[in-house]
Amino acid sequence: MVKYFLGQSVLRSSWDQVFAAFWQRYPNPYSKHVLTEDIVHREVTPDQKLLSRRLLTKANRMPRWTERLFRASVAHSVYILEDSVVDPQNQTMTTFTWSINHARLMVVEERCVYCVNSDSNSWTEIRREAWVSSSLFGVSRAVQEFGLARFKSNVTKTMKGFEYILAKLQGETPSKTLVETAKEAEEKAKETALAATEKAKDLAKKAATKQQQQQQQFV
Amino acid sequence: MNSIGEACTDMKREYNRCFNHWFAEKFLKGDGSGDPCTDLFKRYQQCVQKAIKEKEIPIEGLEFRGHGKDKPENSS
Repeated sequence: MVKYFLGQSVLRSSWDQVFAAFWQRYPNPYSKHVLTEDIVHREVTPDQKLLSRRLLTKANRMPRWTERLFRASVAHSVYILEDSVVDPQNQTMTTFTWSINHARLMVVEERCVYCVNSDSNSWTEIRREAWVSSSLFGVSRAVQEFGLARFKSNVTKTMKGFEYILAKLQGETPSKTLVETAKEAEEKAKETALAATEKAKDLAKKAATKQQQQQQQFV
Repeated sequence: MNSIGEACTDMKREYNRCFNHWFAEKFLKGDGSGDPCTDLFKRYQQCVQKAIKEKEIPIEGLEFRGHGKDKPENSS
């Protein structure tokens, strides 16, 4: 399951001022969680666009209650890559930013398009989209499915047990059929629970694989 | 702003000073030729790439995603 965000912001500065400021953003009073910043790739394309890749490390601030669950993650900072294309001829800039570690816990991706504001050409607008996904959602779905399947098979056993004991109390020797039926029910319940566990494992595995694939799509 | 490699912060600062000037005065004004910062960039990169390897940061081989085309529009 992916959470999607779409937003728009306006900066009351011209596009060239914004694009220049983009490279000088850090540090600022609001970026205390940003620990390091480096350009790790840069090139000017034949059609005069600037491609850059910036590596950021950020402090991994999570709520206290997650620390016990994700002990391994607490220690490490989050590594983030920001790829960008500056197109001065069209006065636009596109950025794509994504986290590259702690992937099992959560992946955040963001795409921004910067361009001249439609209302005022001395302003700049930013169209921002983000996708937040976690393979833990797959795990919680799997746990729910397993729980439900096990509950259903227990209901079957309960009812069969009732029928059996009622038959006994009413002086009927539980017919061979009933005993066999009870045994069958037990077998069937075991199969259902096994199938549910397999399905649950598969769901969780799929969710984790999808996460990995999304990150390595183009490798 | 610190570099991920403690030894690289000064080189980064020098390169950035050169880049920021070229970016605003030349590149954005349509003159993308003749990048005067290539030597400074090389020095800085040698240092930072080494730091990245030492810290085992997994950025090797990741395809460029700056065009923002690998996510469909308005997708949830």
